Order: sequence, then C-alpha cells, then structure tokens
Amino acid sequence: MLSRTASSLYWIGRYMERAEFTTRLVEATIRLAALGGHAHVEQAWLSALSVVGAPPLDTGKEGYGARRYLTLSPDHSGSIKSCIGLARDNARAARTALTREVWEAINRAWLMIQNRTSPGSVQQTLNLVEELKAETRGFEGALARMLRSEGYWFMRLGSMIERGDATARLLDVKYYLLLPEGQAVGGKLDRDQWTTILDIVSAKTAYRHLYREGLKPWLVADMLIFRRELPRSLIWTAEQIVDLLGEFGHRSGRQGPADRQARQRLAKLDELEVRTVFRGGLHQWLQAYVRQNNALGEAIAGQFRFA
Amino acid sequence: MPEGRAFDELWGASRNRRPRPGFEALARWLDDTPPVELERRHQSAEAAFRSLGITFAVYGDQDAAERIIPFDIIPRIFSADEWDRLSAGLEQRVTAINAFIDDIYGDRKILKDGIVPADIVLANPQFCVPCCGARPPHGVYAHICGIDLVRTGADDFFVLEDNARTPSGVSYMIENRDAMLRLCPELFDIFPVRPVDSYPELLRETLYSVAPEGARDPRCVLLTPGHHNSAFYEHSFLADNMGIDLVEGGDLEVDDDTVWMKTIDGRVRVDVIYRRIDDAFLDPLVFRRDSMLGVPGLMAAYMAGNVTLVNAPGTGIADDKAIYSYMPEIVRYYTGEAAKLPNVETRRCRDPQDLRYTLEHLDELVVKLVDGSGGYGMLVGPTASKAEIEAFRAVLKATPERYIAQPTLALSTVPTHAENGLVPRHVDFRPFVLTGANGVTIVPGGLTRVALRKGSLVVNSSQGGGTKDSFVLAREPGPEGKG
Repeated sequence: MLSRTASSLYWIGRYMERAEFTTRLVEATIRLAALGGHAHVEQAWLSALSVVGAPPLDTGKEGYGARRYLTLSPDHSGSIKSCIGLARDNARAARTALTREVWEAINRAWLMIQNRTSPGSVQQTLNLVEELKAETRGFEGALARMLRSEGYWFMRLGSMIERGDATARLLDVKYYLLLPEGQAVGGKLDRDQWTTILDIVSAKTAYRHLYREGLKPWLVADMLIFRRELPRSLIWTAEQIVDLLGEFGHRSGRQGPADRQARQRLAKLDELEVRTVFRGGLHQWLQAYVRQNNALGEAIAGQFRFA
Repeated sequence: MPEGRAFDELWGASRNRRPRPGFEALARWLDDTPPVELERRHQSAEAAFRSLGITFAVYGDQDAAERIIPFDIIPRIFSADEWDRLSAGLEQRVTAINAFIDDIYGDRKILKDGIVPADIVLANPQFCVPCCGARPPHGVYAHICGIDLVRTGADDFFVLEDNARTPSGVSYMIENRDAMLRLCPELFDIFPVRPVDSYPELLRETLYSVAPEGARDPRCVLLTPGHHNSAFYEHSFLADNMGIDLVEGGDLEVDDDTVWMKTIDGRVRVDVIYRRIDDAFLDPLVFRRDSMLGVPGLMAAYMAGNVTLVNAPGTGIADDKAIYSYMPEIVRYYTGEAAKLPNVETRRCRDPQDLRYTLEHLDELVVKLVDGSGGYGMLVGPTASKAEIEAFRAVLKATPERYIAQPTLALSTVPTHAENGLVPRHVDFRPFVLTGANGVTIVPGGLTRVALRKGSLVVNSSQGGGTKDSFVLAREPGPEGKG
C-alpha cells in the first residue's frame, strides 16, 4: 500500500472519530446546560469548548455561539462539519482502498452537513446531533464489515489514537477545570457534571453494572482509564492499538518502534491502579498520557513512512 | 441550430412520424413509459451518482466545486451495421495516428515526402522536442484515443476531433450502463445490447502488453494530478477496476533512471505509468519547472526505456487541430487506403485565403483553437452575439495561426427527457480506442454527450452538457447462425 494512502486512511479514522466525539460532547452539554440557570449554561459550554482545546469565546444565548463553533463553523478545523469534510477529502484521495460502503457512509454524512450553516435552536441542534449519530453509526458499521487488512487497520489505528486522546482530555477537563469555585465537591453540580461525562462516553448504565457504589469521581476515572469492558477507556484503546499493530507485524514479519511503544504503554497501564494515579495527580498523569499518545501517533506515521 | 431540422437518431428525417427501421421498439418503449416514470428513474440515477461521488469539478466555478454530470436515461442506439462501419474507420484512423507519431519522432518521412508541411509539425507547441529518438515499446504512442464523432445523416459520420493525449469520459460509459441496467432493465430484453464492462480488463491488458522489455512481473500504476482534479473520480474508478495503484507525483521518485513508488513496506519498482496528467506537468526537470504534479527525472527514466508512459509524451501533436486538417492525407499515407471516416471540412486560418473566408463568415462558422479542448476559447458563430463575434474577430486577426474554422454542423439529435416531455437534443459520440502490442481493440460503446440546452451544439460537460448511455446492438443470429 502507498504510504500516502495509509496516511489518508489513518486520518479518516481520526476525523470520523473526532466528529463522533464532538457530536456526543454537544449532546451531553445541551443536557447539562438544561439542568441549571443562565450562568450555568455558559459554564457548561465553556467547559465543552475547553475539552476540544478551543479558546473561550462568547457562548451566546443558549450557547448558540458554542454550538455553532462545535458543530458547523467553517473556520474551526475541529468543528463536526470540518472533520467530516476533511474525512471525505481523505476518503476521496484513498477511494481505491475503501469499500463502496465505507465511502458512501462518509459521503452521505458530508452531503447531509455540507450546506448547513446554522445550528438553529437548541432543539434543532439536538435534531442535527441525532442525524449525525446515525451517520457515524453508519460509518462504524461499514468499517466493521470491511475485510481485515491494511485498509481497515489504518482507519482503526487512527480512530483508536483519536479516542484515547479524547477520553483523556474529557476526564482532565472535568477533574481540573470544571467545578467552579464555591461549589462543593460531591454537590449537585459536581454530580451532574460526572453524569454528563458518562453520557458522552455512553456509559451511564455501564457504570451501574460495573460499580455498586453511587457516582464517585475516582470510580469514573477508574472506569475511563482502567476498565477493559468499556470501549472508550484508555486501556481498551491502548490494547486495540497493540493488537492492530500486531496484525501488521504478522503480515509483514517485521516490527518497529511503534510496536514497542504501544506495548510498553499497555504494560504500564496494566501495572497501575487508580489510587496511584490520583496520588501523583490525575491532571499531570492525563497530560502526560496525551503527550505519549501523540508520540505514538507520530511513531506509527514514521513506521509506515507517512510522517 | 433548430433541432427539428436535424437528423434524429430515432426518427430519422420523419419528424417524429416513423421510427427508423430497427428502432421501432424504442419508439414503443417511449410511448409505453409514462413521463412520471421517466422522471422517477431520472431522479434515482442522479441520486445514485451523487452518493457514489461520480462528480467533476468545473474550473473557475468556486460555488459548485463538485457537480454531477446530468444523465439522460433515454439511450442512443447504434445498429450492428453502423458499429461495424464505425469501428473499421476508428481502427484505421488510430493505426494511422500511431504510425504518424512514430514517423515524426523518428525518420520524418511524411515531412520529407511533403504530405504535411514540416513547419506545422516541427514548430508546433505540441511537438515534443525532448521525445525525439525515444521509441516506446512496439512503437505504440497513443495507447488510448478518444475519437469524437458527429453525425449529420443516416450515413454521414464525421470525425470532429482526435483526442490522443489523455482522453477522459470512459468511466461514464461504464457507470451509465450500470445505471441503465438498474433503472431500465426492460430495455435489455428488448435490445441485444453488447456489454461494455470489459473495458478495464482490456485497458489493463493493453498496459501490461507495453511494459518495457525485460520487465519481469511488471507493475502498472495510474498517475493522477490528485483528488482535486476534475476527472479524479474516473482516475480512481479505473485504478480500482484494474486493480492497480492510484498514485500522485509525490508517491513516485526516480533514482538511477528507475521509477519507484513509496509504500508502507519501502519502495517498489514501477514499470508502466498510465498517466492522467499533461505532458507539461510530467517532469519539472524537462517541462514546466513549476509543476508540483509530476516527478523529477521521469523523462530520463522514459528515455532510458525503463518505464513506459501511457500515452507517450508528445502525442498531443496528433490531436492538434491544424494537424487534424491533414488527417485524410495522413491516413492515406500510412494505410494506403482512403479514410473510412471523413473529417469535417476544415479551414486553416494560418492560410490567408482561409482566413479571409473565415472572417467573412464568422456568423456561420465554428472557430476553434488548434490546441484547445473542453469547449474553451471557441466561437460558435450562429449562436454568438454581435459583440462576441466582433471580440473574437480581433483575437483571430491577431493570431490567425492559432485557429481553424469549420461549418456549423446540424448534429444529429436524440429524444431527451425534459420537464415538459421528450425533446430532441444534439449529441456527439466518443468511443475509446485501445492500442497495445497486439493491435487495436475497441469496446462496443462510448460516451454520448448531449447538449441539454435547447438549440445548443456544445456538448462539453464544462459547458452544460450531459451524457447518455450508448447502446451498440449485437447482430441478431441470422440464417447462417452468425452471432
């Protein structure tokens, strides 16, 4: 496979995952914002913006500014619309490596969103979110039905790197930034925010299955970092990447620096416990994880010659 | 041009009274299929094209970065006899084109014999000086030709243009057929239509047949300018259907006059490049230095015989419209026969007499750039405004050698689906002719382009044209059991 094609596939995986994550972020933030008054609405959207690393901006009435920025802004390269556009650009370039079904799923998402410019009312944004969720599910379904070979592996690698990044940043923002001064840890707002996070990673009911206790921040962190049962946990994505790289090695009989880095990362996660992480500072640990995750992404690009 | 007066592919000259012999079934089908049903199928076809991303980009049109080419579901049909005549003429013409190119980059006999004036070849911008002396495998230069044909009467076919550089449109031939099989399956019960889906396989065989001598297990790739190019869909379609890699300039590198492709496992040698970028952009070391699309050193690898370029560089000389005007002589010179497919009567504006005639008759002629394509830079006298004609007159006077003039032909029409029912619209036809080590192959079909605007004779997709499927009928088994 051409290195350029591998790069396109990897970025299709990343952009589609990013679009999906941002969709869930918008949905959960709308829900969170609905739980409080005006100041609360602004706070909710500002936290959503910081999850995607955006500068604070005027969130506007009912968070309109933030909703537009996250969903449809053409000037924000991380908006859902931009992500889908970039995914489609890459899909066009790598068309011959895609199944017709995968191409059509991406193209359909793009046709749906390309001419939208305003997220409208909160309810209209929720409708858009529903449509987007259907489109991204379509993409994941099409991907799941692909032949297990390079094309599939590169797209999955991209989405797993992206997912690890998103989960780590989501947890970090909640823990480090979210709770305004004067609010009690364990208070109502705090609780709502943790629930929101579970919403974003679609794990509200999963939490109840995995933990008998009520909502506890360290348990949410434990779930998002260490639970292999959760397909958005850091350990799950780390394990997926080890396995995917293993498939390449199996095919070519060769391994590279990315394989080693990925295995080391997984081994470290396996040894750690949530207590240890909190003792050293969750924020510092998550920041380091995001950096490490980026470095692994670069190692993958280097190993397959598309850096 | 009023469509009513032109020859109609279905009705002949009967003005919708009596279908031509052999086409009665199509007239019946049109009669039996309600307009609403045609409209439904039409919509369904366009939705499918959009979903597949069968689009093209119009240069200079930023709002509509990607469009689908309008598709009309009423097919254009060739009888078996018509096709036999056409394909014999096409084979003869393309054989002559390849012999001509081989000659002018080699011994130049045709110039020495005074058949074609030397200056029109050697001083032509399309003449590729760096290509002289390099003879590609089997002496084949124009492996893929798209010959544009027009029709003005039952027996009157003309060659309008020879596209010998990188002709496009063949993906529409195949996708249109796919759409027709899905949307109008009953037509294939009515008519014995010859299939066109073997084209990618035949093209693949052609590419492999011209690999450099000594290339073991040769590797072919398709070189595209990239996914922002207007014909990118076709590039990816063909690469995919041939099972070869679709590469951009940046994916290739030349080392020691050998071409390599950069893959995830390291570099891999490339032997045949079906390139869909123009000569000028092929190699910044030889042609345009600002080309970001090409591969530095590619021409050196080609001249060393280490890679075959399809089509070979320099074939543009054969589809130059000044050369076109000599094509009947060229065909006779190399094949020893009269051209089976005539040219459209053509005046060369470089010639003072022809220029005078052209200037006097601008309002009835079609005037074209000798090296133009895509319908750009041309004047269609009968439909042009006074101001347009005067503006064109000034340009023509300043650089007459850049232009040829042809009469405005009454292009044949085909019934076409429109909002208010069926209307006759002008068409042309581009069949695709392959030449490899084993001679000429022509898939029974091609691209029928249709001018969708009433009265328009311009069929180019960049100028508001659409496409139709082109049926070539199989010979019905006769008493001798001929199939």
